[in-house]
Amino acid sequence: MSSAPELVELDTNKSDSIHTYQFLTFMLAEEEYGVDILRVQEIKGWDKTTPIPNTPPYIKGVINLRGAIVPIIDLRQRFGMEAAPYGPTTVVIVLKISGEDRERTMGIVVDAVSDVYNISIEEMKPAPDFGGIDVEFIKGLATVDEQMVIILDIDRLLDVSVIPTMDERASRTIGTHS
Amino acid sequence: MSIDVSQFHQTFFEESFEGLDIMESGLLELDDRTDPETINAIFRAAHSIKGGSATFGFNEVATFTHAMETLLDEMRDGRRTADRATVDVLLKAVDCLRETIAALRDGKTADMEQAREIQAQMETLLGQATAVQDVSATPVQNGDGVKGQPQTWEIVFKPRAHLLQTGNDPARLIRELEQLGALKVQVNDSALPPLDQMEPERCYLSWRMRLGGPLDEAAIREIFEWVEDDCELDIHPLTPQPAAAERKSEARKEYTGGKPASDGTAAQPRKTAAKDSGSIRVSIDKIDHLINMVGELVITQSMMGNLDGGFEDFDVNRLEKLREGLALLERNTRELQESVMRIRMLPISFVFSRFPRMVHDLSQQLGKKVHLEMSGEQTELDKTVMEKIGDPLVHLIRNSIDHGIEPPEARLAAGKPEAGTVLLHAYHKGGNIVIEISDDGAGFDRDKILRKAKEKGLVEEEAQLPDDKIYELIFQPGFSTADTVSDVSGRGVGMDVVRRNIRELGGNVEVNSRHGQGTTFSIRLPLTLAILDGQLVKIGDETFIIPLVSIVESLQIKPEYVNSIAGRPQLYKLRDEFIPILCSHRIFNLGSAPRSLSNGLLVVIEGSGHKAALYVDELLGQQQVVIKSLETNFQRVAGISGATILGDGTVALILDVEGLVHLARQQGEIDESKSIRAVA
Repeated sequence: MSSAPELVELDTNKSDSIHTYQFLTFMLAEEEYGVDILRVQEIKGWDKTTPIPNTPPYIKGVINLRGAIVPIIDLRQRFGMEAAPYGPTTVVIVLKISGEDRERTMGIVVDAVSDVYNISIEEMKPAPDFGGIDVEFIKGLATVDEQMVIILDIDRLLDVSVIPTMDERASRTIGTHS
Repeated sequence: MSIDVSQFHQTFFEESFEGLDIMESGLLELDDRTDPETINAIFRAAHSIKGGSATFGFNEVATFTHAMETLLDEMRDGRRTADRATVDVLLKAVDCLRETIAALRDGKTADMEQAREIQAQMETLLGQATAVQDVSATPVQNGDGVKGQPQTWEIVFKPRAHLLQTGNDPARLIRELEQLGALKVQVNDSALPPLDQMEPERCYLSWRMRLGGPLDEAAIREIFEWVEDDCELDIHPLTPQPAAAERKSEARKEYTGGKPASDGTAAQPRKTAAKDSGSIRVSIDKIDHLINMVGELVITQSMMGNLDGGFEDFDVNRLEKLREGLALLERNTRELQESVMRIRMLPISFVFSRFPRMVHDLSQQLGKKVHLEMSGEQTELDKTVMEKIGDPLVHLIRNSIDHGIEPPEARLAAGKPEAGTVLLHAYHKGGNIVIEISDDGAGFDRDKILRKAKEKGLVEEEAQLPDDKIYELIFQPGFSTADTVSDVSGRGVGMDVVRRNIRELGGNVEVNSRHGQGTTFSIRLPLTLAILDGQLVKIGDETFIIPLVSIVESLQIKPEYVNSIAGRPQLYKLRDEFIPILCSHRIFNLGSAPRSLSNGLLVVIEGSGHKAALYVDELLGQQQVVIKSLETNFQRVAGISGATILGDGTVALILDVEGLVHLARQQGEIDESKSIRAVA
């Protein structure tokens, strides 16, 4: 019986936060990025990966995550930022990505995890179109404590179908030669 | 009624297909002799499909099966002989039913035209029998869709007193009836006791209802489906009808073709089509074995747990025990792994079971007499392998019957028995399963094959080939020795596809033939696709795995055998042939290309019939590896067939030998085009 009032309380909480989502944020250079916390499967330390041949450099390789083969992507390199040496705060955030056909599990390497924020959809502003390719991976911008948080659209960011395969890259090389 | 029965559909479909298989094989046995047990088995299968389909509301299937059942029932009672015509119609009905159920499963509209036709045939057969059996029986005179649909139904619903305890609520049933049409309800409360004697859990009421609207009885009965056993239910039409006639023809009426009501349901595409969930049926034995293994694992674990007493009083005695425990754990794990793998294993009879029918049909079609013998049906192999081996086997058996077995006259002339024999034999050999398909037919005509091959330019005009090389030629694309192209085979597409499919499964196919005596194809397949024997090699800093089946040999490089073309080492002289050297570092862009080849080793691999020598830095051990897909979380990578997890927890990639050769060739072309441009 003692749990009944608690349940009610939880319910009211829920109805309050219909448009509020929780985001896990992490640091990349000095910028703070956020991903939907419900997509985060786990956070783990950086460990050596097994490289996959003929893939772009930002794909660091694959790791063994309790028997599953999970690809790891360096987000700095994915964004074309300067690569930083991996340090003690470097972590891998393992995310669940929903692709066209199925759900995939992938990891991203980031400088450090930061915080968890409640952000409502109304607070989120669209990213200004400044022509960079990165804009398409941004769901919106939010402000938390005067600081800008970039909310990422991870499904687009980590869409494997946009990762060029060997054949495509090869034909591209020929293309530039001719 | 709120139970969602669609969740059981998948099971129903699976069971139906199994039932149909049983019916089919049973019917084929009936050809030879009539065994009551066989008829019983067919009857039971038909009966459970009928029952299941009625429960799930697949009325079109139910009525159709009912006709089959009636036919079979007469056979069972000895009132009808299993003559050819009947068996053929029943076989057709099985096919039709299979298609209908497949259509239902996929949410498509079933083709009722064919069903009606076959149903009519069955009815004709039934009509004949009835005429012979029972002269007084009224002739079947339906089919014109006269399924009296009264405008008003009277329903008398008297629940038993315990109805409420079964969790059913009469009020809800009445509400559902209301949705079918205009409903008038009259309650009979005469059984209601005084309030002080009333037990709240007992049902004292009964109802008399009138339901209007164009409905059929089944729809009403469906609502009462769950309470049928707990009530007295009487549903009858109020519109006056020749009641006696209806009673008599009731049994017939159910399978009347072209009932408008069931057509309606058939036309509705089922949107919530159950997808093939890829389920598997596992025998209880295997599961029990697995549970035993887990039990032992738990015991070992608790034994190891007892050892945990801190390190202060750790002594040699304990170390010994720890070692024992570890050894036990290792054994348990291995056995557990084997048991789990065995769950995926199914007897090959699942594939073989379709062949008797195929042989039966084909031999009729071709006017040959063929006897199919099968052995080793209980040999088990992986479900995935099984699914993929079906088509190649079908092709080989078709070939055996079409090309191998001669027509009866030719056989008699050659001093052979009139009926040819096709032998299908499966057995385990090492870590493989071997499937042999042999026939006692004409065998290959060595010279004819050679002549054809020369015509097609596959072989040099003057070439002298040993027999086995000649037989190998039939696996070449576009090769066929059949003089006439028939519906069955002879178009020359096939044998190469057969071989490719088998190779994709990591297996191989060999052929042996003696002119005038017959041909034997033997297919060798790995037992499972989940585990592979691999050779661990080091390329650069990474460990890769080469499937052992693709390795011809490994050798130390002798610099004098390396031949350069355009300044780069390209070919290696291996005895009397030159094979291309694949530099794995360059193919995979590992960035650490070796300056000279002399430090490493060459692994000679064979893929798609071509040999190549793969340069590796080091040969590590051989071990069995569990194959994990890269595509699950990533995508296909050229030259890599998958990944595995090594003993130290790191991931190693498994090389795809054919892909690698292809990749190398592609890169070679790119390099060439680059260099040409550089010159230009």
